[in-house]
Amino acid sequence: MQKPKAIAPGQLESTAGRLLDAGGRMQMVYAWHPELDQIELRYVAHERPLKPFSVWSCRPSEPVPSLAHIWPLLSWYEREITDLFGFPFQDQPQPEPLVLLAGAEPAIPPFDPHFPAGVELSVKASKISLPEVAGAEAAVQLMPFGPVRADVLESAEFLFLYIGEAILHLSTRLFFKHRGMEKRFEGKMAEPGVILAERVSGVGSVAHALAYCQAVEIASKCTAPPRARYLRVLLAELERLYNHLHYFGHLCHTTTLKVGEAEGKLLEERAKQLNGRLTGSRLLRGVLALGGLRRDLSPETWLSAELEALRDAFAAYAARLEDTDSYLDRLITTGPLEKEVAFEQGATGPIERGSGVDRDLRRDHPYAAYADLPFEVALRDAGDAHARAQVRMEEVNSSISLMQQVLDNLPEGPVLEPCEITPRSEGLGWTESPRGTLFYAVHFDEDAKLARVKVKSPSFSNWRAFPFTVHQTNMMDYAINEASFGLTIAGCDR
Amino acid sequence: MPLWTFSGLLQGKQTTPWPLAEGKDGQTGVLGMPRYHPDRCDEGCEACAEACPTGAITMRPGNGQDGRLDVDYGRCVVCQLCTEACPTDAMTPSSDWAFGVRSRDDLVWRQHAQSAKASGTTARRSFRRSLHVRHVDSGSCNGCESELQALNNPFYNLHRLGIFFTASPRFADLLLVTGCVTYAMHEPLRATYEAMPEPRWVMAIGTCAVSGGIVEGGYACGHGLDGVIPVDVYLPGCSPNPAAIVEALLMFLDRVPQRVHGGQIVD
Repeated sequence: MQKPKAIAPGQLESTAGRLLDAGGRMQMVYAWHPELDQIELRYVAHERPLKPFSVWSCRPSEPVPSLAHIWPLLSWYEREITDLFGFPFQDQPQPEPLVLLAGAEPAIPPFDPHFPAGVELSVKASKISLPEVAGAEAAVQLMPFGPVRADVLESAEFLFLYIGEAILHLSTRLFFKHRGMEKRFEGKMAEPGVILAERVSGVGSVAHALAYCQAVEIASKCTAPPRARYLRVLLAELERLYNHLHYFGHLCHTTTLKVGEAEGKLLEERAKQLNGRLTGSRLLRGVLALGGLRRDLSPETWLSAELEALRDAFAAYAARLEDTDSYLDRLITTGPLEKEVAFEQGATGPIERGSGVDRDLRRDHPYAAYADLPFEVALRDAGDAHARAQVRMEEVNSSISLMQQVLDNLPEGPVLEPCEITPRSEGLGWTESPRGTLFYAVHFDEDAKLARVKVKSPSFSNWRAFPFTVHQTNMMDYAINEASFGLTIAGCDR
Repeated sequence: MPLWTFSGLLQGKQTTPWPLAEGKDGQTGVLGMPRYHPDRCDEGCEACAEACPTGAITMRPGNGQDGRLDVDYGRCVVCQLCTEACPTDAMTPSSDWAFGVRSRDDLVWRQHAQSAKASGTTARRSFRRSLHVRHVDSGSCNGCESELQALNNPFYNLHRLGIFFTASPRFADLLLVTGCVTYAMHEPLRATYEAMPEPRWVMAIGTCAVSGGIVEGGYACGHGLDGVIPVDVYLPGCSPNPAAIVEALLMFLDRVPQRVHGGQIVD
């Protein structure tokens, strides 16, 4: 990892502006306490492909200017830092709580080193902030939906301001599921952190644990053996496969294509049963370890044939979907996300690739064994629900091809090179999860225990971009549009 | 549309006859709770307790009457670290995933566990062929939701067992709760429970809902359902697989006996 570049608070705006002008991209900002009463901001930026991410560190003694006017995507990160660390940003365009429920803000913020142990937050009455409606009050109605919603879904609240069928404005109230996961890592040794990372977002267990392992390995200068790196690709792609298959079953559910829903869900079940057979866990947990894998996997004899059968079944399924007018009519032109908005708001994964932003960490910043395994990055320009679905459709196929390459070229040898943690070290790990870019930043203290772990999940980015596709649309499209994003809430809320 | 109907019919019946008849439960190779064999423990060995990330295994002070360890499967997240750490195979991997119990005590390991017959004449009797369930996520990782959603796929096809997901708690007989009960979901969860008509029951799905699991504590996490709403069935697992959820639902309806007593499967 590159050494962080120290930046004076007064230089933040000009440095951020130069990054934008040079065609780079801001990823995130997070905070931590290198010393008891010293907060440090860490900005992570991507300058160009195949070049390491650059990290800026800034130790402010007073509030720094918000960078949201240069990089709108930073707004949520800044508000999170204000909620959890009590550190304010000047001229933040939306200075209200994000991660903590309004009405729950404690006197000492939870990530302040002086936050008393054993204190649990509580909330009595939570006030909801909504845009003011002027002029046409009588016509504009408010529909609150959630946090307990219909069907088996994760908890979140959606507030619609609408007239008849037309949605004027959507306010999302996420973070009901905020568990303070980042703080759960603190004070732990590095090894149990893997088990915890697997449980930040259940359907992203491999992506999260892999990003965590890679961050720790970079901090301690460890390398996983070649066989482990290949098998890590296999696990990551198995995760992408069952997530994308789930996506199509759910998308058909919202477009009321009943047989398509059943077939999609059956394909997902087949993939999950392969996961169970290979690893003992349908969610692919309990295999990754610091420095490699906990145990060897021997998929050579049977997995390849099963994957090929799944590929054929999916190809027939996908061809039928693309030939079904009732399904296509509900997707084409629905929920368009323009390329500029996708970039500015930090959309990621299949969402940004459906809007023409050509980026995939597996190719641009390869990890595990991706540098050895060629694949095509799926890309569409239309930016609508159909484009987002088509990107995932292609990714199912490329994912199976990647797995077949792994199975054909799997090196022999050990799968674990034990990793000794360097005290006072730090590392940044990343993966291209099924839903997009995922970052883990880890900091160790002088006892080689975790001092700070920052988790940036792809859904945190995509939930921010999502409302831009809802304003000025209609109620009938809403569920389809939401399904076309394929979001999770657990990873976003943490 | 006719094309879909035709292609669907061509695939034939995809639903497993399990658990009503012999057939695949779909869980080949899936690991469940580690089995505890106290007779294999070495004196003074604490390897498994040190490896356990959730405190499910703790050393018993002094030498107890039966096992040397306190093993609470209500806290187990099935990470298998204890089975790797144990030098004497006192903790072994197993396929014991169907761990639904009516009493929290039955998740704690004890010697001489005996099965108790279900009376079969509970208030649940009239719901045996038609049970409506409502799910609430009180702060999960989405792993349990993923497996709950699988119950309605063609392989498990939960409807055939007379168990239906319902949109509103007002129509629900049983509340399935996942997650550790975060501070923000505490009130929405209670409100959902209060909205259910009586008689009403609650099932804790997954280790987080049973005990808080690996995320328990901290400023926002909570400690599971106990103390928040009354629980009728506990199903630990991380995540419990769809077959385990099916078994727990049938056990709740007295259609199959409870298999786990004193932290072990007693048939």
